[in-house]
Amino acid sequence: MFAVCRTEELPPGESARVVADVPIAVFNADGEYYAVDDTCTHQDASLSEGFLEGCFVECPLHAAFFDLRTGMPTCLPAKRPVRTHAVTVDNGVIYVDVTPRRTAGQDAALEQESVA
Amino acid sequence: MRTITVVGGSLGGYSAAQQLRAQGFDGRLVVVGTEVHLPYDRPPLSKDFLKGQIGTADLALGEQQDFDELEAEWRLGEFAARLRPADAGIELYSGEQIGTDGVVIATGASTRVLPGSAGVGGVHTLRTLEDAQALREELTTGRPNVVVIGAGFIGAEVASSCAALGLDVTIVEAAELPLARVLGTRLASACAALHSEHGVAVRFGAGVEELRSAAGHVVGVRLATGEELPADVVVAGIGVQPNTGWLSGSGLSLHDGVLCDSGGVTDLSNVVAVGDVARVFRPDLGRNVRTEHWATANGQPRIAVRNLLDGITNEQHTDMPYFWSDQYGVRIQFAGFVHPEDDVRIIDGDIEDRCFLAQYERDGRPVGVLAFNHPRGFGRARRQLSRPTLDVATS
Repeated sequence: MFAVCRTEELPPGESARVVADVPIAVFNADGEYYAVDDTCTHQDASLSEGFLEGCFVECPLHAAFFDLRTGMPTCLPAKRPVRTHAVTVDNGVIYVDVTPRRTAGQDAALEQESVA
Repeated sequence: MRTITVVGGSLGGYSAAQQLRAQGFDGRLVVVGTEVHLPYDRPPLSKDFLKGQIGTADLALGEQQDFDELEAEWRLGEFAARLRPADAGIELYSGEQIGTDGVVIATGASTRVLPGSAGVGGVHTLRTLEDAQALREELTTGRPNVVVIGAGFIGAEVASSCAALGLDVTIVEAAELPLARVLGTRLASACAALHSEHGVAVRFGAGVEELRSAAGHVVGVRLATGEELPADVVVAGIGVQPNTGWLSGSGLSLHDGVLCDSGGVTDLSNVVAVGDVARVFRPDLGRNVRTEHWATANGQPRIAVRNLLDGITNEQHTDMPYFWSDQYGVRIQFAGFVHPEDDVRIIDGDIEDRCFLAQYERDGRPVGVLAFNHPRGFGRARRQLSRPTLDVATS
C-alpha cells in the first residue's frame, strides 16, 4: 500500500499522481476514489492530467476516455485497458494498492502482451 | 449496402472501417491503402520516432486482433486509379475493379516537395514511416548540419528532435513570424521563441533561393538574402496537398480537397470523405473547411459513416478543430476557430514560464484556447469554447 494524500487534499474532480513502480493516477470522481496506471496505453500522456467526467477520464492528448472502474478504453485511439488499482481510505488518508487489480478484460490484454 | 470500400489506409480510413463495423455494417468491407503497412500513427514520426525513443512496432494503431475483428479485405500497397461515378466502382492501378455500393474517401494528403530537390540526396520530406526511417538514418550517420525549411508544426518538431539529437540545426521560414496567421502574433511569438531558446538557429522572413548540391547530394541552402547555410541534410516542412488526383473525372466537386456537405457527404450520396482530403461545409462558419489534424481524421468518420449508412445527412460535423505539438519538452495544445485579430487573454500561468493557458476571445466570447504544458486546464477550457457563429470575415 502506498499513502497518496489526505482526503481533504483530493476534492471531487481532482487527481493526484504517485510514483510507485510505475506512476499511478488517483482520482476523486464525485466522492468515489479510483486509481489507474497514470500513463495512457496509447501514447505518452499522463492520465492524472486528463479531464474527469463522472467515472471516466479523458486522455489529455488524444481524447480517448477510460472507465476508471475497469480501466477499459471507450474509443480509439487507445487500444488496451489501463491497469486499475484498489484504493482504500484509513483515518482520513488515501492509500493505493500498487499491485494492479485483475479483471477479465485485463487478463486477456495482459496475456496478449506476454505473447507479443 | 453489400460492399463498402474505404480508400485510404491511415488513421481516417482505419477509423472509418471501425465505425462501419461498430455501426452495424456486416457486408463486404474493402480497405485500399497506398502504403504496404497496416494503419499506423503518424504524429510520433517527427518526435519520439525520429529521436529513436520508440520503434516501428510502437506506431501500430491496432493489435492484430483488432484488424482481424474488422473482417476487412486489405488492398495494401495499392493505389486507387479512378472512381466510377455511375456505380461508385473503384478501379485500382493494378487493374482490379472493385464493385462497391458505398465509398469512404480517406486518401489524405501528400507533402509538398521543395522545387529543385528532385534527385538531390539528403533532401527530405516527412509524412510516412519510410520518410521517417530514411531521415533518421541520415541524422544518425556522422554529425550532419541540418536545415529545416518551414517553421510550421512539422518543421518545428523536426528541428526540436534534431536539437535533442545534439545536431546543429537552422530553421528557415519565409514568414517574418511563423504561425502568426494560425495563432496570432502574441502566441506565435511564444512558439517561435522556443527555437532559439533551445539552441536552434532561426532565419525568419527568409525565402529559399536555391538548394546547392555537389555530386548529387545537398551541400547548402542559399537564401534570398544571399546567405548560404551549409547543409548535409535538408528537411522541407512546407505543407501538403490533398490527394484528389484519382478523383478527376469522377464528377465530384474538387477544390483543394473533396467538397462535402456538413455531414461529410460528397455530390454522390453513397460517397463520403473524411480527414485531410475532405473539405467540409460548416453552416456555423458559412464556409468550407479542410482540417489536417489527427483529431479530425479520428473523429470525422463516426459521423460520415452514419450518413453513408443512412443514405442521407442526418448528422453534421460540429467538432472544434484540435491539435497538439510537442517541441523542446513543451506540450502545445490548441483548439478552436480563431482569427489573428481575436483578443488573447492569459487565464492561467505565464508565457515567460512556458506553462500557461491562453484564451482567444471575440466579442467577449471564448473561441479558442492554447496551452503550453497545461493539459488539465486545456481540457476544461476546450469544453467551454463557444460554438462558432457565422464567420463572414474570412469567407
